[in-house]
Amino acid sequence: MELLAFGKTGWGDELFYATLMTIAVSITSMLIGFLFALIFTPLKLSKYKFLNIFGNFYTTLIRGVPELLVIYLLFFGGSGAIMYVASIFGYFEYIEINAFLIGSFAIGIISGAYSTEVFRGAIQSIDKGQFEAAKVLGFSKFTSFYKIIFPQMLRLAIPNLSNVWQITLKDTSLISVTGLVEIMRQSRIASAFTRDPLFFYSIAGLIFLILTFLSMKLINKFEAKFMNKG
Amino acid sequence: MDIDLIINSFPKLLTASLITLKLLLVSLIIGVFLGLFFAILRMSKNIFVKQFAYGYSYIFRGTPLLVQIFIIYFGLAQLEWLKKSVLWVILKDPYWCAIIAFSLNSGAYTSEILRSAFQTIHTSMIEAGKSLGISNKIIFYKIQIPIAIRQSLPAYGNEMILMMKGTSLASTVTLMDITGVAQKIISTTFKPIEVFIIAGSIYLFMTFCINKFIKLLEKKYNF
Repeated sequence: MELLAFGKTGWGDELFYATLMTIAVSITSMLIGFLFALIFTPLKLSKYKFLNIFGNFYTTLIRGVPELLVIYLLFFGGSGAIMYVASIFGYFEYIEINAFLIGSFAIGIISGAYSTEVFRGAIQSIDKGQFEAAKVLGFSKFTSFYKIIFPQMLRLAIPNLSNVWQITLKDTSLISVTGLVEIMRQSRIASAFTRDPLFFYSIAGLIFLILTFLSMKLINKFEAKFMNKG
Repeated sequence: MDIDLIINSFPKLLTASLITLKLLLVSLIIGVFLGLFFAILRMSKNIFVKQFAYGYSYIFRGTPLLVQIFIIYFGLAQLEWLKKSVLWVILKDPYWCAIIAFSLNSGAYTSEILRSAFQTIHTSMIEAGKSLGISNKIIFYKIQIPIAIRQSLPAYGNEMILMMKGTSLASTVTLMDITGVAQKIISTTFKPIEVFIIAGSIYLFMTFCINKFIKLLEKKYNF
């Protein structure tokens, strides 16, 4: 137990900060994922075939290719791409991107593909009459989406979004390969230092279990509150 | 775009895909049996047995697969008594450690899929079997299990794809699967996009095949 003590003798405080890092990355990735979903859901639902192909390409690619491969692509290719853009503007120095940003972005792209599917499913399961009623009442396309479709969509999407959150939370363990000190990375450091991998990886598993358990409780509470409104 | 690199690394990644396929198939097969076993335990009337099966699926679904692999590969090597036992022959090999982790993980998800499939079976089917004088055992093996398997096919297809993506984690325990080879090529050539295109296409092709396979099975066992 002294291995988990806070302060200089144990790894308690390090693991605590690593847990905060995992939570921070998960939330950031989830938000970045929403941004992607905001772009690609309309594309997937669009009338134009060309835009559909674009939207489908994103979700099929991300859901069919391992997360680790996407992370490697962004981790090794990310700074290259940014340096290329910078060189167009006449900046030729080496640019190193923050591991937090690139990690959140990578997990965000993955989480976005799942969110897109969730939002698409939610919009498609809204009764057609709602769209028609909005049209008949003379709402513009924009207001009918934000005032009528969007609130209903959110209610239908929340149960599935909680699954996406779980997936995102567990996926953040993969960005430990980029060197960002989150739970997995910290456990690796601690177990290399103390030669006690069994203990520290079990602790890492336990922290993840607690995180998934607590977030489920929180989401269920939120869901109950939100659902009662309707 | 470096066409030479694409042409050169394609055969390397293709041979690596054999390891990915092997990992996937072996763990899926073990996973199905584990899943069926734990799904049956979940339906037990004994509360301890039920809780045990629930705990198993909760733990393996609530923690990242990476943690599970690391515990089995790095963690278990620390136990002295295990090192002296016969099991060490299996556990010292990263290939078998990956298979154990993947099978246990896949078993947890499969048990949930099968459990919900068992629950959706209409009681009238079981009653019909009973009224025909079929024994409980035969009802279970000849009526409940086939229907449950048919019901769970679509969800199991997703699980197969998730598992296929999961096998990429074998690269973290020194196995040279598609992702492992891809990472090695990327870190020596610093050309991630070209490598990603090939490795990604191989994975996508496998996803496509799994989808087609499940559709075929669904059609065949349609009722």
